[in-house]
Amino acid sequence: MAQFHNVVIVGGGGAGLRAAVAVAEANPLLSVAIVSKVYPMRSHTVSAEGGAAAVIAEDDSLDEHAYDTVSGGDWLVEQDAVEAFVQEAPRELLRLEHQGCPWSRKPDGHIAVRAFGGMKKKRTWFAADKTGFHLLHTLFQSALSYPDIVRYDEWFVTKLLVDDGRVHGVVAIELATGRIETIIANAVIVCSGGCGRVFPFTTNANIKTGDGMALAYQAGAPLKDMEFVQYHPTGLPFTGILITEATRAEGGWLLNKDGYRYLQDYDLGKPTPEPVLRSMELGPRDRLSQAFMHEHAKGRTIETPYGPIVHLDLRHLGASVIDSKLPFVRELCSKYQNIDPVKELIPVRPVVHYMMGGIHTDIDGATPLEGLYAAGEVACVSINGANRLGSNSLPELLVFGARAGKAAAEYVQSLQTGPRSVVYKQGDDEERRLRHELGRHDDGTERIADIRTEMQSTMEEGAGIYRDGNSLEKAAVKLHELRERFERAAIDDHSSTFNTEIVAMLELSCMLDVAQSIVACALQRTESRGAHQRTDHPMRDDEKFLAHSLVHRQPDGSGRVGYLPVTITRWPPGERVYGR
Amino acid sequence: MSTITMEVTRYRPGEDSEPTVQSYEVPLRKEWAVLDGLNHIKDHLDGTLSYRWSCRMGICGSCGMTVNGRPVLSCASFLVDYAPGPVRVEPLRNFPVIRDLVVDISDFMEKLPRVKPWLIADPPEEGEFLQTPEEMDEYKKYSMCINCMLCYSACPVYALEPEFLGPAAIALGQRYNLDSRDHGAEDRRDVLASAEGAWACTFVGECSTACPKGVDPAGAIQRYKLTAAVAAMKDFLMPRGARR
Ligand SMILES: Cc1cc2nc3c(=O)[nH]c(=O)nc-3n(C[C@H](O)[C@H](O)[C@H](O)COP(=O)(O)OP(=O)(O)OC[C@H]3O[C@@H](n4cnc5c(N)ncnc54)[C@H](O)[C@@H]3O)c2cc1C
Ligand code: SF4
Ligand code: FES
Repeated sequence: MAQFHNVVIVGGGGAGLRAAVAVAEANPLLSVAIVSKVYPMRSHTVSAEGGAAAVIAEDDSLDEHAYDTVSGGDWLVEQDAVEAFVQEAPRELLRLEHQGCPWSRKPDGHIAVRAFGGMKKKRTWFAADKTGFHLLHTLFQSALSYPDIVRYDEWFVTKLLVDDGRVHGVVAIELATGRIETIIANAVIVCSGGCGRVFPFTTNANIKTGDGMALAYQAGAPLKDMEFVQYHPTGLPFTGILITEATRAEGGWLLNKDGYRYLQDYDLGKPTPEPVLRSMELGPRDRLSQAFMHEHAKGRTIETPYGPIVHLDLRHLGASVIDSKLPFVRELCSKYQNIDPVKELIPVRPVVHYMMGGIHTDIDGATPLEGLYAAGEVACVSINGANRLGSNSLPELLVFGARAGKAAAEYVQSLQTGPRSVVYKQGDDEERRLRHELGRHDDGTERIADIRTEMQSTMEEGAGIYRDGNSLEKAAVKLHELRERFERAAIDDHSSTFNTEIVAMLELSCMLDVAQSIVACALQRTESRGAHQRTDHPMRDDEKFLAHSLVHRQPDGSGRVGYLPVTITRWPPGERVYGR
Repeated sequence: MSTITMEVTRYRPGEDSEPTVQSYEVPLRKEWAVLDGLNHIKDHLDGTLSYRWSCRMGICGSCGMTVNGRPVLSCASFLVDYAPGPVRVEPLRNFPVIRDLVVDISDFMEKLPRVKPWLIADPPEEGEFLQTPEEMDEYKKYSMCINCMLCYSACPVYALEPEFLGPAAIALGQRYNLDSRDHGAEDRRDVLASAEGAWACTFVGECSTACPKGVDPAGAIQRYKLTAAVAAMKDFLMPRGARR
């Protein structure tokens, strides 16, 4: 028996919850459901620390936020989307305030804002350094006041149903029982988040396996700009836990093994005791992570069992600033690193953090596949271009989650016809496939964890901060081999009750797709731009590559890459200038 | 390399007749959380072990378990602290087990909306509500709840009285009651002040001891009882309709 909803949302993170409420508000008569592999409040949005950008300060302007975003993204940015984004972001953050979000305040009770990397003005709203946690719980709790939003908590979506170029729903497994269900929908909004787990060392939670990207890719929707993977310059070694950029916004310094603020050697400005906007430690993430690699090459990083590190120094900020503005950082350092940042240096290294690329959408979250929408980190509108600025993602979830929800609600109202019987048949076929997967791998010879680990190291070696044609070719060959080995992977667990091994297997299959798409796009882009740095093509090439990569999946898993011109409204491509 | 023994409870209700304990040897590394030990088992020794986890930074609330008898976040408890072992890992107490270390928290998920954990207020036409840092301090700690369920696992009242709303749900109700922007205390009163609400609590305080985020649900409940007692007095003196 199939379930029916007008709109099904895959994912209950920031983007998914915002989209669901937008659908409910656009038309309360529509049936809307959220399907999420974890309880919504466990979604990865919960981990965001630093803040959410939106213009409210007197001395700030929408144009400045737009310019910082466009230049931060190395001009690979849809400027009309950015204009909509900067305009709607303040409204969205205010809406959250009205719903109870405990944004940090100035003594007079107004919203406080902090500096952030690559931003010329202070415009990042924050809830101490647990911004994502408060944002997600506020969204989730206020969504509870819409009792008509149906939730499938701990259901894993395995397939998008497509007939005649149109999406008609999903197939999902209820983890607790193993029940497999066809969920018919007039429109599907994918809000399933990013894919950091494709790499070995990441700030991303275990659930960030790029499922939605792979589902859309398999359904025939193109992925966009997949070669642009953001490394955050400051993660804790071993765990990869993020030490937020807000530490540097509050005045933290990055030091090499000689205690020297090395960023001054990389055209990022001159060191000053106080933080300067768009300069030094407040430069953009791509440039800071690249500077680390150069320091390492010069032998000026520090070797540890978990790779080379540099130091983040917060000691001069003092206990009171750290406790009021960065309490979570102190908690994380003490728990996971056994150090106190009030007195000690924090060891940090670059770590995979965010996916600029994703499912190709227009400004309303619509993909080229009719009835399919996407929003949040899984989507690529693109306001982030070749390098996202910190604190732009959280407002992006809200702005484009709301837009996608509204657009989907309008779309379903215009529909005349429902699904044909082939759609149900597809659902049945998928159910059969899943039952088969559960039993089949008994005689398998490969372990899921081994394939996953090899995929991750392949990506780090072949498609890391610096890459070249050679490293990428090798990665492509290796991924192809891993895909073959994946077919022979064993699973130990054949129970239908909360089978996390089958989940891991389905996730690995998604990650292999995502990894292959990243490598395919990176190979074709023979230039360096933002987070995509080719040592064999070190210059930006606007003539050929001021264009988004669009990759379509081929039956054998490989990707066919084409290009789409960038929309430029008011800011012609220029030099990215920081610190001067 | 030194190792440590993890003794993990295995159980599939309906399939297994009763819970059993399975032992695994895992590497004992300085940085490893209990969760890293479980991941080692899952990846290399036994793919059938089921447990939840996600953020591995103590913020998503997924990974609560009973370790050596105490409810903890397994991503924020370290193997070395249990050396030389063995480390006993069991599911959270007071919840039905779905499988192995995975428990059914749908009872909490059903109770949470009953306390109306959202702001009940008329927003200003323009701009934000004003709220000073001092006003925020009034409710701040109650807003830190990650819904990890450790407090329910520790609560002797919940163990005996499954109807009890429980520490986190009451704390979250209070979180909004104490927010200077909110006017919903009256709307929440029937639930919070009911027999299954704050009054069911006998103030054992185990919940606040177990809470990994300093929420102090016991304090929230005590404080609510005081407010409710005062309100009940007023009710007594004034008919209900005339209250507001
Ligand atoms: C440590 C960290 C700190 C960050 N800090 C900041 C910050 O300060 N400011 C900022 O702007 N950005 C920050 N970011 C980035 C930002 O948090 C994320 O980009 C954003 O939260 C993603 O939200 P989302 O709604 O797209 O996805 P998520 O919150 O990741 O939610 C994805 C949802 O999809 C569901 N899902 C996935 N796959 C499936 C499937 N197969 N079936 C069913 N459901 C599925 C999941 O259950 C989940 O509910 C940070 C990121 C990290 C990792
Ligand atoms: S009150 Fe504390 S222990 Fe209870 S659910 Fe919330 S965070 Fe967990
Ligand atoms: S894994 Fe998220 S709290 Fe432990």
